Amino acid sequence: MVIALFSPIVVPLVLAGISVPRQFVAVRRFAPIAASVVVLASGILLIAATAAGQVPITAGGIIRADALSAYMLTVVGAVGLVSTWGGQGAVPLGDRTKAGSYDSFLCVFLAAMSLAVLADNIGVMWASVEATTIATAFLVGHHRTKKSLEAAWKYVILGSVGVAIALLGIVLIYAASHSAGHPTLSWFSLSATTMPLDPALIKAGGALAILGFATKAGLAPMHSWLPDAHSQAPAPVSGLMSGVLLSVALYAILRIQAIADPVIGPDFLRVMLSIAALLSLAVAAAMLIRQRDYKRMLAYSSIEHMGVMALGAAIGAPAIPAVLLYVLAHGLIKATLFVVSGRILSAEGTPVIAEVRALLTRRPGLAVPWLVGMVALLGFPPFGIFFAVVNILLAGWAAGMGLAVSIALLLLLIIFAGLVRSTVTMTFGAAPSVAAASPDRSAHGPWLPLVLAFAVTAVIAFSGQPIGGILARAAAVLGGTP
Amino acid sequence: MLTSIFPQAIGLCAGVLLLTSTLMVWRHSLLASIGLLAAQGIGLAALVALIGVHSGDAQLLVVSVLVLALKGVVLPWILARQSRASTRTVEESPHQNPIVALLTVAGLTILSYVVLGRILSHVGAVTAHAAPIGLAMVLTGFLLLVTRRRARSQLVGFLLLDNGIATVAFLTSGGVPLFLELGISLDVLLVVVILYVFTGRMHAKFGGTDVDTLRELHD
Repeated sequence: MVIALFSPIVVPLVLAGISVPRQFVAVRRFAPIAASVVVLASGILLIAATAAGQVPITAGGIIRADALSAYMLTVVGAVGLVSTWGGQGAVPLGDRTKAGSYDSFLCVFLAAMSLAVLADNIGVMWASVEATTIATAFLVGHHRTKKSLEAAWKYVILGSVGVAIALLGIVLIYAASHSAGHPTLSWFSLSATTMPLDPALIKAGGALAILGFATKAGLAPMHSWLPDAHSQAPAPVSGLMSGVLLSVALYAILRIQAIADPVIGPDFLRVMLSIAALLSLAVAAAMLIRQRDYKRMLAYSSIEHMGVMALGAAIGAPAIPAVLLYVLAHGLIKATLFVVSGRILSAEGTPVIAEVRALLTRRPGLAVPWLVGMVALLGFPPFGIFFAVVNILLAGWAAGMGLAVSIALLLLLIIFAGLVRSTVTMTFGAAPSVAAASPDRSAHGPWLPLVLAFAVTAVIAFSGQPIGGILARAAAVLGGTP
Repeated sequence: MLTSIFPQAIGLCAGVLLLTSTLMVWRHSLLASIGLLAAQGIGLAALVALIGVHSGDAQLLVVSVLVLALKGVVLPWILARQSRASTRTVEESPHQNPIVALLTVAGLTILSYVVLGRILSHVGAVTAHAAPIGLAMVLTGFLLLVTRRRARSQLVGFLLLDNGIATVAFLTSGGVPLFLELGISLDVLLVVVILYVFTGRMHAKFGGTDVDTLRELHD
């Protein structure tokens, strides 16, 4: 099993290395896909191992896979596969050196995300989350236009400062363990053992760490980098950032919460996360009701979904399995939609919603996946997002957070209306007679990853076993069980 | 003898750190800020070495050399490389006048003593008493990030913030483990290099590095 712990980190790094030189142009195009496959396969292997009661561990205890880490690694691999495979050809090979750095940065990103979820050390987790900022900085600025440069600058400054706040929090948590006589950054030791941690230090450290990782997770009021970065990055990169980066940041929040809650009680972080969740939903609602750019629309929708996930985290144990299901379903759907949005952008040449009309009659090959994806994103059954949201809201109601849940529901309805309006504008309507004669049925890229993503999201909520068991085991980890 | 000097020496180093941060807010010339950043890096390295000698921890001496090399030499050198050529004469024109800025720094320092003093009241170590200086540096870094307009001055703010976090770490727990210190240093170095590259591109695309010109993306 040790190989499944190392390969998702080492193999993408090796692939990143061989993508750089010009001699390997043929390999280069498939390197990110191969890296995603390796991460996905390792994730599934580790899920199988943890289901059998093992906890694979290596590198002196720094790399460790429990049920939650294994599940998150699978999410990273699955979303990575949809983004990289679906996004194949999205960035033309034109400038060879530039394309090489593009592919190798994607691989570095996957390696860093794998390390972030596999590390049993909040410090290493922090360093790898920061490493993703570094890997994605040039990806966001890839087009080298004024706008993409502006987005990349804001992204790096806000991302690094946010994550620096998290480091300050982690330093305080370390100080708490230091004064408890057992200096450690292993979240397993911090959350499972009964160390006499100083509540004041843990409270300050936990709050700062969650504030910092919330910046990375795109939660309001620290979300302002997200729409810019997502709308300017090449589509597969937006998909990866939305589906993987935000989810891993949420994972970090869950881990910090598991350390802090036993020491200071759940109320403090619950209030903090609820405020962030409702603010995110409010920001998303305000921006989606009259959104003009469809890539920004997807970005704000990510803020919305992260908000609901944060609400789930605030509710705590009863909602965690639903949050984890949400992470996978949202990641797959959002990656697919970003991939399709990239294809629409290159086919239509405009990111403006109002200028893309009657897509269903003119370009059914693009409109159908877009429409299916939006239906899933809006939270219609049978797609996983529906079940995740319903479960989170019900758990919140049962946990006595009726007010927060009601406000969230109201905001979700506004968002629903805004998204439906934009989608209808883009897809339906009568086409100009010239175009209607010869509709463009091409999918403008590989269609299989999109179909797979939709299929997985549609069936996932119905499979009590093995999915239900995997989610329950992963959620149990946060309750202190290894 | 060392034990009696130790608290004073820690206080001296912390004083250097606070003084350099305050001067960074006061001075508007970019080259002066970079020089102060280098001085601050050396002060931080001395602080780490002191804690290392006092606690007999050889690892901390290694970290001290690392801090000296990175924060005292490499990072300021990267920042100064371009500014020497192109912006020797260009002065920062921040959004805030210097008197207000200095008063704000004083306020932030008092605030961090109030906040961290309460949090660290159970930690008896001598070093912990100086820890609020680290928080004050973090807050001052924020102030620079918010009020400065040139891209490279924002970078100085970011590095001050990072120095502040490192100061808190060393003073409260004798620093994070060595492998992590290496990882964090590498991250900071790469972020600075990336922002440096972006500054160059910004110069080419916008004809200047005033971040106020970054206003194209909005809803």
